[in-house]
Amino acid sequence: MKTELSMVGRRAPKIDAVKLVTGRATFTDDVEMRGLLHAKVLKSPHAHARILSIDTSRASEIPGVHAVITHRDVPRNPYTSAGQSWPEPSPYDMYVLDRKVRFHGDAVAAVAAETPEIAEAALEAIGVEYEELPAVTDFRQSMGAGAPIIHDEPESYGIYDASRNIAAHIDVEAGDVEKGFRLADVIVENEFDVQYQQHTCLEPHVTIAFLDEDRRLVLRTSTQIPYHCRRMVAFALGIPVRNVHVLKPRVGGGFGNKQEVVTEPIAAVLAMKTGRPVKLEYTRADEFTIARNRHPQHITLKTGVRRDGSIVANALSVLTNTGPYGTHALTVTGNTGTKPLPLYRAANMKFYADIVYTNLPIAAAFRGYGAPQGFFAMEVHMDEVAEALGIEPLEFRRMNHIRVGDTDLMSAAAGEGAGKKPRVIHSCGLPECIERGAEAIGWYQKRGRPGDGPIKRGVGMCILMQGSGVAGDELAGAALKMNEDASFNLMVGSADIGTGSDTSLAQIAAEVLGVPLENILIKSGDTDDISFDYGAYASSTAYITGMCVLKASEDARQQIVAAAARMMDEDPEGLLVHDEKVTSLSGKSVTLQEVALECLYGESKTVIIGKGSHATKESPPPFVAMFAEVEVDTETGQVRPVEIVTAVDVGRAINPDICEGQVEGAVAQGLGYALTEEILVDADGRVLNPTFMDYKIFCAADMPTLTTILVEAEEPTGPFGAKSVAEIAINGPAPAISNAIYDAVGVRLHSLPMTPEKVLAALDCRGER
Amino acid sequence: MKIAVTVNGTREEWDVAPAETLLDALRDHGYRGAKRVCESGECGACAVIVDGLAIDACIRLAAQSDGSQITTVEGLETADGLHPVQEAFTANGAIQCGFCIPGMVVTAANYLEMNPQPTEDDIRHVFIGNLCRCTGYKKPVEAVLASVSEEVGRRED
Repeated sequence: MKTELSMVGRRAPKIDAVKLVTGRATFTDDVEMRGLLHAKVLKSPHAHARILSIDTSRASEIPGVHAVITHRDVPRNPYTSAGQSWPEPSPYDMYVLDRKVRFHGDAVAAVAAETPEIAEAALEAIGVEYEELPAVTDFRQSMGAGAPIIHDEPESYGIYDASRNIAAHIDVEAGDVEKGFRLADVIVENEFDVQYQQHTCLEPHVTIAFLDEDRRLVLRTSTQIPYHCRRMVAFALGIPVRNVHVLKPRVGGGFGNKQEVVTEPIAAVLAMKTGRPVKLEYTRADEFTIARNRHPQHITLKTGVRRDGSIVANALSVLTNTGPYGTHALTVTGNTGTKPLPLYRAANMKFYADIVYTNLPIAAAFRGYGAPQGFFAMEVHMDEVAEALGIEPLEFRRMNHIRVGDTDLMSAAAGEGAGKKPRVIHSCGLPECIERGAEAIGWYQKRGRPGDGPIKRGVGMCILMQGSGVAGDELAGAALKMNEDASFNLMVGSADIGTGSDTSLAQIAAEVLGVPLENILIKSGDTDDISFDYGAYASSTAYITGMCVLKASEDARQQIVAAAARMMDEDPEGLLVHDEKVTSLSGKSVTLQEVALECLYGESKTVIIGKGSHATKESPPPFVAMFAEVEVDTETGQVRPVEIVTAVDVGRAINPDICEGQVEGAVAQGLGYALTEEILVDADGRVLNPTFMDYKIFCAADMPTLTTILVEAEEPTGPFGAKSVAEIAINGPAPAISNAIYDAVGVRLHSLPMTPEKVLAALDCRGER
Repeated sequence: MKIAVTVNGTREEWDVAPAETLLDALRDHGYRGAKRVCESGECGACAVIVDGLAIDACIRLAAQSDGSQITTVEGLETADGLHPVQEAFTANGAIQCGFCIPGMVVTAANYLEMNPQPTEDDIRHVFIGNLCRCTGYKKPVEAVLASVSEEVGRRED
């Protein structure tokens, strides 16, 4: 691999920037479709009910209504909406439309009509008779004796214990924690509670479904998982995969909410039934009520330490609320344990979890994927462990964090890596992250100096790790074709959902092929292309698809070199491809354009097509040290973040602007999770705050100063040394701010979001006021 | 009902329903740069300039705009190229998914006409009405500052 890089490492403007900034970029709903019908879904007014009868006759007769569908009109194939590799690890407990509804807003029926207004009128004309059932609206009651059973239907499968509302269960141990606790000088135990968080992608879920000239189903859809979507819709509807064509246009944010098949199945059924294009688009209220959320959890941590600061046992147990369906149930909570536990070296670790059903909103994948919950608990808890030992918290972390050569004991035991080869750490820039982050925030100058007056200041920190793709469960395929002008069509199956992956991948190809970025014409996320990909999730694209593009580009480069060698009558060994030409050590050269023209029209008559396929057992973690400075108003309980410093080891920043952008965006979402965001649900399971006015995400004026430090501890298994960057930073603001609040006012916050009410209550308990 | 509007310099006559929003009318007539996100004036993704002032098109009736001069994001680019704000957003890595970006760019371009030398704090407050879930706002705010400084088109480090 070259050491001098020209395209990788540059702050190249995103290759889709101009079309996005001029409004020319087309998102799913930005096309004209002749004869487009508008779909609407009839939603359940009950948290839990059986549908006794549905009368659609009046609705069907309304002029302009083209189709009304209920559970009678769709195949009863159990599926999961979780977009993961086949066979999906989530329980198959969903139906396109069902005879039972399991939360407020669950789909009862759907219509397609000439206008949205006619579709609404049709919904009102549908008569439904329900048998209301008792509901579970507190997840601590889900497993209790006498709790109503949410999945009593016989067809669903993959549920851990439907009779006790347990969607999934985890019980793993590395070493022997009980023995470890007996060796401990000090044992610290803490409990934590975390809430529903909504992704609030600016673009809602939207699908336009239609039948093409060959009567194949085309899904133009806002998705992170084009290929999983194709397979899952085909299986759910009982049609061949070859009859489904998924097209991912520009996507207006995903964050995990679109690692789900949500609007596609109903849109598909309506399009097939009417023969017309059908659009199903969620409203903002739909996003808040019937889309997906981050899982609420109750977490218990118990850690045994020796006086010297070493950890002898670490046990984490979780109760998770997955809502009415188990989408991502096992794997999200898997990461709650398998991401934070191995960050601290300990011979004995235990991870126990129950993921339970409720009649509440659906929880699923959300950036961080279980790790934000786990790291909030772990990193506040470790501050308290350090304090119990009288060791400075930063020093305690330096002593105990995982390092190069260590084996991640949890990686082979639980979650998506279960049963696979344990992960060994090949690169770790955490020590540098800690040093540079502490320096940037002024850790030693500011720590323990709350100041006078009612507004106190504090600093806190945390350390984090994530993964780069799912270990042993990722695959990407890409192809690249050379054109007359030395441009290349690059086809990848991954989904750029705003992350900038199209640009990063094009930079990798341009680097290998010795051409400027504008020579790479990338097309991503079209399932009819010569490509394949598991999709944009698990921080996988730069690492997995990036290596795949590197392989495809290398394949094309070797063909170019062979052709140039023939043209120059030189040995291919020692030929260099750079600056749009191929040069030999003897000083001969041909341009890439000459090579392309010779290949396509000269003697050789060869199309240069590079192809790559990439899978790996590795999932190298990026690392973060995050530092927060806050102001706490002891009179109002208001916490104001002043600065967040994120020092992040990305292995190699393929595009530093994109890396920083991923970190800054993740920090902003993490700030909301820490301080303001929470889906509120009433006793009957209804969402109370389905608007941006009542669900507070951070705006520009709320933001603290963000300082992002990119650390590059080159990862030997990654493309040009790259690891992931997209998710990790979202884990940090909650624990760093909680620890900073403690530094400022001496109270520990164990419940998110850390609202003024909770801060005041904690101060009151301590008699601070 | 019939209304006459001038969109990006072109006079158009539209037949609109009484309850139709300006956002729906614009999108129906091919101006799809303005995005539908909240439909309640909370997020700014549908911002367009109407008679000199950036407004949320989702909470204005099309009928209220009869006779108005409207500039959408599509109208900021001229024969000379991108608007300086667009140029700066592109050069400064300020765009991620891009769904909020038309609204941000329109809002910033409109604001800079009223305040050509804003501070960082000014811009943060102007963007209160423009929600973004991707960027953390840092690079967009820096981009607006860059657009009024010498730095536009900087950065190929």
